Amino acid sequence: MLHSKTFSKKTRGGKVQKLVREVYLRDDIYCGASFCKVCDTSAARFTASASTILVLDTNVVLNQIDLLENPAIEDVVVLSVVLQEVKNKNTAVYNRIRALCSNPARKFFVFSNEFHRDTYVQNMTGESPNDRNDRAIRVATRWYQSHLGDAVKVLLITNDRENKKKATEEGVSAETIESYVKSLGQPALLDLLAQPASEDIIMEEVEDLRPSKRKVVYPEHKPMSEITAGLTSGIYHQGKLRVNRYNPFEAYVGSESIGDEIVVYGRGNMNRAFDGDIVAVEILPQDQWREDESLSIADEDDDNEEVHLVPSSADDAPRTTNSVSGSASDTNPISGRPCGRVIGIIKRNWHSYCGSLEPMPMPAGSGGLVYALFVSKDRRIPKIRIQTRQLENLLDKRIIVAVDSWDRQSRYPSGHYVRSIGEIGDRDTETEVVLIENDIDARPFSAQVLACLPPLPWSVSEQDLVNPIRTDLRHLRVFSVDPPGCKDIDDALHCMMLPNGNFEVGVHIADVTNFVHPGTPLDDEATQRGTSVYLVERRIDMLPKPLTEDICSLRADVERLAFSVIWEMTPEAEIISTRYIKSVIKSCAALSYVEAQARMDDSRLMDPVTKDLRNMNTLAKTMRQRRIERGALTLASAEVKFQIDTETHDPLDIGMYQIREANQMVEEFMLAANVSVAEQILKHFPGCSLLRRHPTPTKDMLEPLLRTAASVGLNLDISSSKALADSLDHAVSDDPYFNKLIRIMATRCMTQAVYFCSGDLSPPEFHHYGLAAPLYTHFTSPIRRYADVIVHRLLAASLEIYKLPTIFRDRPQQTSIADNLNYRHRNAQMASRGSVELHTLIYFRKRPIDTEARIVKIRSNGFIVFVPKYGIEGPVYLTPRGEKGGGEWFVDEQQQKIKKMDGSLSYGILQAVKIHLEVVEPQPNRPKLQLTLL
Amino acid sequence: MEYVSPEGLRLDGRRPMEMRQLRAQIGAVAKADGSAVFEMGNTKVIAAVYGPREVQNRSQQIGDQALVRCEYSMANFSTGDRKRKPKGDRRSTEISLVIRQTMEACILTHLMPRSQIDIYVQVLQADGGTRSACINAATLALADAGIPMHDLVTSCSAGYLNSTPLLDLNYVEDSAGGPDITVGILPKLDKVTLLQMDAKLPVDIFENVMQLAIEGCKAIATYIGEVLLENTKQLEYRKGL
Repeated sequence: MLHSKTFSKKTRGGKVQKLVREVYLRDDIYCGASFCKVCDTSAARFTASASTILVLDTNVVLNQIDLLENPAIEDVVVLSVVLQEVKNKNTAVYNRIRALCSNPARKFFVFSNEFHRDTYVQNMTGESPNDRNDRAIRVATRWYQSHLGDAVKVLLITNDRENKKKATEEGVSAETIESYVKSLGQPALLDLLAQPASEDIIMEEVEDLRPSKRKVVYPEHKPMSEITAGLTSGIYHQGKLRVNRYNPFEAYVGSESIGDEIVVYGRGNMNRAFDGDIVAVEILPQDQWREDESLSIADEDDDNEEVHLVPSSADDAPRTTNSVSGSASDTNPISGRPCGRVIGIIKRNWHSYCGSLEPMPMPAGSGGLVYALFVSKDRRIPKIRIQTRQLENLLDKRIIVAVDSWDRQSRYPSGHYVRSIGEIGDRDTETEVVLIENDIDARPFSAQVLACLPPLPWSVSEQDLVNPIRTDLRHLRVFSVDPPGCKDIDDALHCMMLPNGNFEVGVHIADVTNFVHPGTPLDDEATQRGTSVYLVERRIDMLPKPLTEDICSLRADVERLAFSVIWEMTPEAEIISTRYIKSVIKSCAALSYVEAQARMDDSRLMDPVTKDLRNMNTLAKTMRQRRIERGALTLASAEVKFQIDTETHDPLDIGMYQIREANQMVEEFMLAANVSVAEQILKHFPGCSLLRRHPTPTKDMLEPLLRTAASVGLNLDISSSKALADSLDHAVSDDPYFNKLIRIMATRCMTQAVYFCSGDLSPPEFHHYGLAAPLYTHFTSPIRRYADVIVHRLLAASLEIYKLPTIFRDRPQQTSIADNLNYRHRNAQMASRGSVELHTLIYFRKRPIDTEARIVKIRSNGFIVFVPKYGIEGPVYLTPRGEKGGGEWFVDEQQQKIKKMDGSLSYGILQAVKIHLEVVEPQPNRPKLQLTLL
Repeated sequence: MEYVSPEGLRLDGRRPMEMRQLRAQIGAVAKADGSAVFEMGNTKVIAAVYGPREVQNRSQQIGDQALVRCEYSMANFSTGDRKRKPKGDRRSTEISLVIRQTMEACILTHLMPRSQIDIYVQVLQADGGTRSACINAATLALADAGIPMHDLVTSCSAGYLNSTPLLDLNYVEDSAGGPDITVGILPKLDKVTLLQMDAKLPVDIFENVMQLAIEGCKAIATYIGEVLLENTKQLEYRKGL
């Protein structure tokens, strides 16, 4: 049956256009009930014994998605009209409901009512689209009831009063979600209900009881029409609000229209916007710029500095511009940055947050409905008010909460409980929190993914050996050097003296793409995960274990498939020629860094492997020297390593990660391999290569480094990476640790390197600042990074071994893959840091300690210290909390010193101090590290 | 954008391998020697054929075969927005050429030396796949005019969106920017006379999509055959045979 759908649409130019679309109405759309006698039941979803089938209204899906995800809700019909409406309003919810519908374990069935002959609804004259859709939902519900007969009850779930009324009039049974959930008799489910903005009856009661609470806290958001008009006329500016990770009362809106960041101080000016929301901002008059800041800090009720790991790059570090907070002498800086206030929110970025409830006294009658405040672990998120009936269960738990609304009258947004993770302070719980916060998928691999693996036990087959694309390199003396206990060995090396005095050096990388084929579930999963995540006590793999630890791992004395880069090098380490081949290798030794180092150092050893090692080390040193001359930066990081108790998984010892010559040697060859591969793939695929770049830091970013350096009388030249590297080399004093400190501080001023698609940028932008290389990519760790898998495919295609997978022809998709890789990469790093922070806390819980620390930043009431031994950073207060900018101390901006008024004591930057480190619990279940001056 | 829902339905309710509704009518222009109106869903095309007749411009006359000329145009009202399109723009010229070449390949031109056949096609309503509809209409009109042909050329388009091959794209799907293949075949001879695609597509997928388009062409051929048969029966009836 054919129908025409006619509707009018406004074009972008403002013209009204009439559009005509065909609609083919079908009789082959089935109801999804396995007990149905008329329909084809092959795609049926509902349980055979279903007594009630639910039909959801759009508002229910939009607001109650957390409840729908609970397994208690089943036998649900999702109408295509509902899906369409949800998609238009909120893509995140749409994706979640789609995931539910495609999950065979859940009994959610999509009924395409818009194309069914009996449920298609023609638009009536004068009927609004909303009313038409509501009617379509009712028609579909009625069809279900008559189709399935009296055997089951078909229930329309709607929170729209009008719709419910009409449904009852038409003889369709309808209920609100609240009454339906109540009828299920599971009180825990009630907590999952989102509280719709103040229409709710319970809320109204509260209003009567506590009228004082209901005064207007926030200014009203401007209507959308006014915002659009303001944006086009340039009064308002649109951008994504980013809240300062270290001071939740300060946010930035990057605005394209003024080409600068607009600073928003205080919750009042932020006007209910969350981190990540797209907002419209109005710029405040110039005399109000920066004034609100002191107010906002006074407003704050908890401390704003915590002990944390040393940031490893500018992306993790706190914004520095205001870190020298509100001292009176502060006259010049920042006033150049415009301040603004949020006048409207264009797009919300609400999702669910991980945290815990603020401790509160238990109300008298337990089990009743109480309000509680939820504090997110992410400090950028304000407290969220939730309703719960199970307060006693949740108080000492880590829970997940979703935000529903934030109206003008309430200080905090209101939300609802989603699920609990476990006890606060428990290591497993806290690890899971770290994973959830960083959006890391730690679930075991699905059966489809595991089905893509080759059968075990796997070994190199005859076929592989005779395959013309593969070269047999089993005769070469290949060995690997990795951290001790490494199971996923993805690189191995060989070095051979040639008759002409040159060296043949080979880097052999596990041939992962021989097992991971594009378009398979295994590949899709790896694309999503992007990288393996290394936590202190566990590893979350990107690829399933049989691949990472066995089939691909280049272990000693077994034949393995590899992708090799082989150079001929002069003794001066000049590359004469480069070959790229797929190969079969047999590693003769899997050394650890320590072993390799010991062999090189032990002059009595003269076995072939040791000789190879020494030759390679000589070459690597030359290469390294040349790289440094080119201007590569030697940066330092404060990485720490834990010794973990094998049984309890508790940290036993903690110390800095030691870097040996052997590490540097391996690193050097890996860098060289990456650079060679980058050149090769870019030559063949200039438009679709995946490369890695490191943007040159701007002057603003290096500002804090310069300020610190200047205060200790050091002059750094930042005009180029070469200049910076040189001046870092010259930064020496009688203090042996001084140089490393400066390097650590330089590292944190840099942004991170990122993956990108070569077609998206112009060649000068490909530059890698830190390595001083014009081209760079990742090729050497395909077991744990997906970027390397992509690069392997590109390299294979450039050698015409394989065809280039279709995905490389799709630029937008490739860009989105690169973006995802960057996101996953960053999250993996954040998760590792989170895990280290967690274990540091566990470690010091039992071992308070006195140690030496360095001052890295001066504040008005104390200073921030860095503890080199444990790689942590945190505040030390000179004045008790609460007396901000205390009277007896004053800060000398110029010299970066804090002095006592009587001049008896003064602390300067980089000065060593003795501190006491211990774990305190200011509030029950909220342990944290505290540093105090000795 | 989701062009095929996970339930396997396209935006207009068709499944990926389904064609739009076909309609055809023979003899729409009384003055022409042969004419037809052909509809594929909301795409509606009229074709008129004049000839074989004397060549108007002597210099173009070909000694051993007929001259085939084709003119394609779009009615000003064929799309929603009333844009005045100049006659003979690049797109029209190209499509005219495509139709001419396709038709020329099936007309037995050597039987009509020193004569001229004019094919006029005009799009009355455009909703994607106008090229295919024009070729189908022209075939019908040629058959109506009684011009000798190897076979009935039929044409159909197919595309590849959301990793699914789709048959007979409508305007929305056509403007999605994905690959779009127009195929014209001689169904009885099983020969391809037209193949157009202006996008990149891996060979294995291309073969699938093209196979789908060929299936579509064959379905249209069956339909056109039925229409012609019906028409002939009516002529028979009118003649009182």
